[in-house]
Amino acid sequence: MSMNSILGVFAKSPIKPLQEHITKVHKCAEHLVPFFKAVYANDWKKAANIRAELSQLEKGADRLKRELRTNLPKGLFMPIDRTDLLELVTQQDKIANTAKDISGRVLGRQLEIPAPIQKEFIEYLIRCIDTAGFAVKAIDELDELLETGFQGKELQIIDNLLTELDTVEDTTDSMQIALRHSLHGIEQDINPVDVVFLYNIIEWIGDLADFAERVGDRLELMLARS
Amino acid sequence: MDIIAQYGFELVLLAGLFGFFMAWGIGANDVANAMGTSVGSKALTIKQAIIIAMIFEFAGAYLAGGEVTSTIRKGIIDSAYFVDQPHLLVFGMVSALLAAGIWLLVASYLGWPVSTTHSIVGAIVGFAAVGVSVDAVTWAKVGGIVGSWVITPLISGFFAYVIFMSAQKLIFNTPDPLASAKRYVPIYMALSGFILSLVTIKKGLKHIGINFSTSEAFMISGVIALIVALLGVIAIRRLKIDPAADKRMHYASVEKVFAILMIVTACCMAFAHGSNDVANAIGPLAAVVSIVENGGEITKKATLVWWILPLGGIGIVAGLAIFGRRVMATIGQGITHLTPSRGFAAELAAATTVVLASSTGLPISTTQTLVGAVLGVGMARGIAALNLGVIRNIVISWIVTLPAGALLSICIFFMLKGIFSPA
Repeated sequence: MSMNSILGVFAKSPIKPLQEHITKVHKCAEHLVPFFKAVYANDWKKAANIRAELSQLEKGADRLKRELRTNLPKGLFMPIDRTDLLELVTQQDKIANTAKDISGRVLGRQLEIPAPIQKEFIEYLIRCIDTAGFAVKAIDELDELLETGFQGKELQIIDNLLTELDTVEDTTDSMQIALRHSLHGIEQDINPVDVVFLYNIIEWIGDLADFAERVGDRLELMLARS
Repeated sequence: MDIIAQYGFELVLLAGLFGFFMAWGIGANDVANAMGTSVGSKALTIKQAIIIAMIFEFAGAYLAGGEVTSTIRKGIIDSAYFVDQPHLLVFGMVSALLAAGIWLLVASYLGWPVSTTHSIVGAIVGFAAVGVSVDAVTWAKVGGIVGSWVITPLISGFFAYVIFMSAQKLIFNTPDPLASAKRYVPIYMALSGFILSLVTIKKGLKHIGINFSTSEAFMISGVIALIVALLGVIAIRRLKIDPAADKRMHYASVEKVFAILMIVTACCMAFAHGSNDVANAIGPLAAVVSIVENGGEITKKATLVWWILPLGGIGIVAGLAIFGRRVMATIGQGITHLTPSRGFAAELAAATTVVLASSTGLPISTTQTLVGAVLGVGMARGIAALNLGVIRNIVISWIVTLPAGALLSICIFFMLKGIFSPA
């Protein structure tokens, strides 16, 4: 009987799952802050617990990603391009994957962050996660954008958010350079292998912001195309 | 002639029974499509939808259903072919009713989105072309009807696109959408009321013996439009605006205003559906009754017997009351992402198109017109995702329904002929 009704025409909206996905991804990245606080305190047990939570969130994000993909068959008529949407969720997912990799690497090696750069390091981390926060805000506007038929002031709101995202991402770049410089200053006192991995971790944290920026780019492209 | 004189009462009874059955089926199934968008976007509860449907389906059938009924009854077939053998026309109409009813039942069971209009037109063409003579069908008229099936979804899609775009411009893309909604929504209500009452007054009231001049019709429609808009203003004033909901979704309050508008467009939709689809059930019945009452004479100008339109209306209401609730409940459960601002645009466009078709006597499919309107809103980028697969299924089911209805009606026609005609 259900096929008989006109409401079969309406397919599940991809916007809500997309928003859920990026919210989860962002939450996943946010777990890195308490994680590193535990690392600073040398509380590896607590760090392992937080890492387990983070991993759980990442799995949840993966599930949402798969769900979104399977709910997006070819025969859908949408106001946004299907390939753009798929690309968007792929980029979003990379943020969660990176967060998981960072925590895994640090925990696996019991990698300590040297005391002189600890403050600078956590500020940098928070800034990078903030960048992802702007991506969340922009994606969160999508249902409002749909309400206004992809035009008008909502488009402006998203545009402003994306400009802010870019600005924040730029500051993370300069923060990364400064942090690397500080690390360079103290690296003769640290185990050389650890130094290599510290540079690695700093780079990966920067990737969080980079992927967030790519989410913004994709979104911009998607909206420009339409 | 003898057959009609001998079995007249039985034949009318049979036609009445099948006609009621058909109307009942329309009420049970088809109405859910007409009201589904309102229920799906949560503008109406199931109970409210059923009450609105009962009142306005009946009103539409009674006040504006005459033209389409006359097309179904005498427009598709050339009655000149039946003057000498009116019993064939009676058999044919009875078999068309039964065939369309059976086909609808089968399709519903299988879950195919078929149209009652297509079934009955296919069935009538079937018995006339095969059972009597290929020339007994007014092919020009049939061609026009089939053409209208292609054109009406396009027209309603265009209407929906324009209406939705206007709502975007006037309401959503303004500095204060809520204030704009409060200002413009009553105007949309007035528009809906105006179109509906104008078409009804101009075309529908004739057969119940009321005649108005054009200027009178415009004036009365204007007054009705004003009343509708005024009621709308009062309803909007009484709305409770919840600022918390606006924080989550900036347009939550605006949608609440549109939900009120959707009550009006739901009424229009039910009215439009009644005006067009009731004819599918009672058109053939009217033909049978007219022939039997005139003792086998096929009169061109025969007026509709008074009890026929109400019978169709009651049939629809009965179907709604018994089965509609269940069908609508399944619709209500489906998670749809249809907000009232979109639903209204689709409904208003579809209702306008259907009512216009009704006034010109074209039997069209309400469901398909609505699907066209929904696509129109989609083109205006108003809907997150539409299932083109379902739309393809709907198109396929049109194509299957015509021959299926025809084939069934041919079989039943020859059976009836065998039963009633002495060999």
